[in-house]
Amino acid sequence: MRINGQISYMMLCLFGVLVCGFVMNGCSPQDDASVAKAEGIHFTMKNKGSDTMVNLAQAWAEKYIGISSTASVEVSGGGSGTGVAALINGTVDIANCSRQIKPEELELATQNTGKAPQEFIVGYDALAVYVHQDTPIDKITITQLAEIYGENGTITEWSDLGISHSRCPSDKIIRISRQSNSGTYFYFREALLGKSRDFGIGSLDLHGSKDVVEVVGRTPCAIGYSGMGYATSHVKMLEVAADSDSPYYPPNLENVLAKTYPIARPLYMYSLGEPAGEVKMYLDWILSAEGQKIVEKLGFVPLESK
Amino acid sequence: MNILRKKSRANLPFSETAIELFIRLCGISSIIFVFGIFFFVFREGAGFLFNGLDLGEFLTSVEWQPTSLNNKRYGAFALIVGTCSVTVLAMCIAVPFGLGAAIFVSEFCSPKLREAFKIIIELLAAIPSVVWGFIGLTLMNQLIITVFNAPIGLTMLNGGIMLALMSVPIIVSIAEDALKAVPDSYREAAEALGATRWQVVYRVLLPAAKNGLLAAVLLGAARSIGETMAVLMATGHSVNIPSGPLSWIRTLTATIAAELGEVARGDEHYQVLFIIGILLFTITFVVNLIADLVIKGIRQEQ
Repeated sequence: MRINGQISYMMLCLFGVLVCGFVMNGCSPQDDASVAKAEGIHFTMKNKGSDTMVNLAQAWAEKYIGISSTASVEVSGGGSGTGVAALINGTVDIANCSRQIKPEELELATQNTGKAPQEFIVGYDALAVYVHQDTPIDKITITQLAEIYGENGTITEWSDLGISHSRCPSDKIIRISRQSNSGTYFYFREALLGKSRDFGIGSLDLHGSKDVVEVVGRTPCAIGYSGMGYATSHVKMLEVAADSDSPYYPPNLENVLAKTYPIARPLYMYSLGEPAGEVKMYLDWILSAEGQKIVEKLGFVPLESK
Repeated sequence: MNILRKKSRANLPFSETAIELFIRLCGISSIIFVFGIFFFVFREGAGFLFNGLDLGEFLTSVEWQPTSLNNKRYGAFALIVGTCSVTVLAMCIAVPFGLGAAIFVSEFCSPKLREAFKIIIELLAAIPSVVWGFIGLTLMNQLIITVFNAPIGLTMLNGGIMLALMSVPIIVSIAEDALKAVPDSYREAAEALGATRWQVVYRVLLPAAKNGLLAAVLLGAARSIGETMAVLMATGHSVNIPSGPLSWIRTLTATIAAELGEVARGDEHYQVLFIIGILLFTITFVVNLIADLVIKGIRQEQ
């Protein structure tokens, strides 16, 4: 059984590499910081979290290279929960979060690291409802969305919305959602269903904001939700109203700022303890006019004018 | 034998002894790793498994709502069905192809071609699973939409084809070894009796090698059950009892991969994911054990 032996050998090697990786990963941030302080050399901030914010965080980090000569930022995604988990373990300097940190997470982080996470709102995001470009529908209400996504929902077919969808012969609405731990999922569920009802099972739970828009763009039967910054030419963003008596608003800057668009949320960054040194400088820059210009450029809504 | 070994060992230089010790440690370490992993997975999940989890609900309910705010439900039935159905589908595709290829390589093709084939099949085994997932997400997705006129191509069929392609190399390698292990005298005797080549394969080789072939299939199946990345990307990742190959599904492995990264350590949800790990470990352990016993069966027969 030669192949058998090979596989187990490979797994052993892989395991070894993983172990080494964990060990190195576990001890790096503090070391970096202290080394940087002691010798005045380059300081690398670790910034991790929300998948919705990863492009934004990346854009900030790239721009910041030209601004600061003493620090740079290392950005990774993985989801709001991942960012908070890293904050609790004390392995990041700044966590990105598309939902507010939960009280128990706050407590855990304080307990574990001895420093209370500090909250900064760095911009706003409007969740757009996406359909395939050929879907003959332009507007939708929160009530309808709740019946599409909610448990035991009454709307399962396009004809239930009063449209005949020629590109979707089965007429069944294919619900595209996010994996159940993402900040986007939590926010959208609360905006649609409040705190007492869950999403129905049977939706396609994709792993990233971008994937949702991509799959919707290829699937005429589908409906999905994602940040409005992710729109492509294959999809259509629907105008949304709170209920059938309310006016419909398209997701755009003005409507989010005027708070008329019903599904918009703040984006958060959390630092461990009161930010100091390079971390403080970075956060201050993000909140400055220059940092906020990047927010707008990436399809999010900046703070300033709010 | 033993005395002989001991005697020669006394005369060995130090470096030989050191190397022998090192190799011995390597061997033992793999056992430690296996038990260590099992212990770790079990420890993380045990608290909730014995205290709090409704095992009946876990095994029979389709309601997988781990992040519900006031009504958390951990029903893994749809995930178990998802894993089983996509594995069965993958085996339906992989077994005929894998065994057919093994018979061809071992019995029908010229030695030169055989070497080329083996290299290509090993190449197939070397493709990382995330690449298969990517192929499923883009190429196969579009292909299934076009061919079957399906609304979306991220389906059980898509995942099944990806898994089949991944387990074929394993099945071919092991099945070919099993066919090789059949003594040439069997073939010669059958041919002397006037059997055609196909009759030799069908009436003599397959029955003689059946244990090895079964082991090949079981190890291929174990590979499919444990595969994560490709099924996460290709099957649609939806909690759903499939009604056919064009339904979307979610597997046990993909659920762990998608959700473990974002749960709080020690949380109920975290522990349930580890219980899924225990379940998976048990399934693959049983499959591998059966395969091993079957292989052992052949060795004793010979």
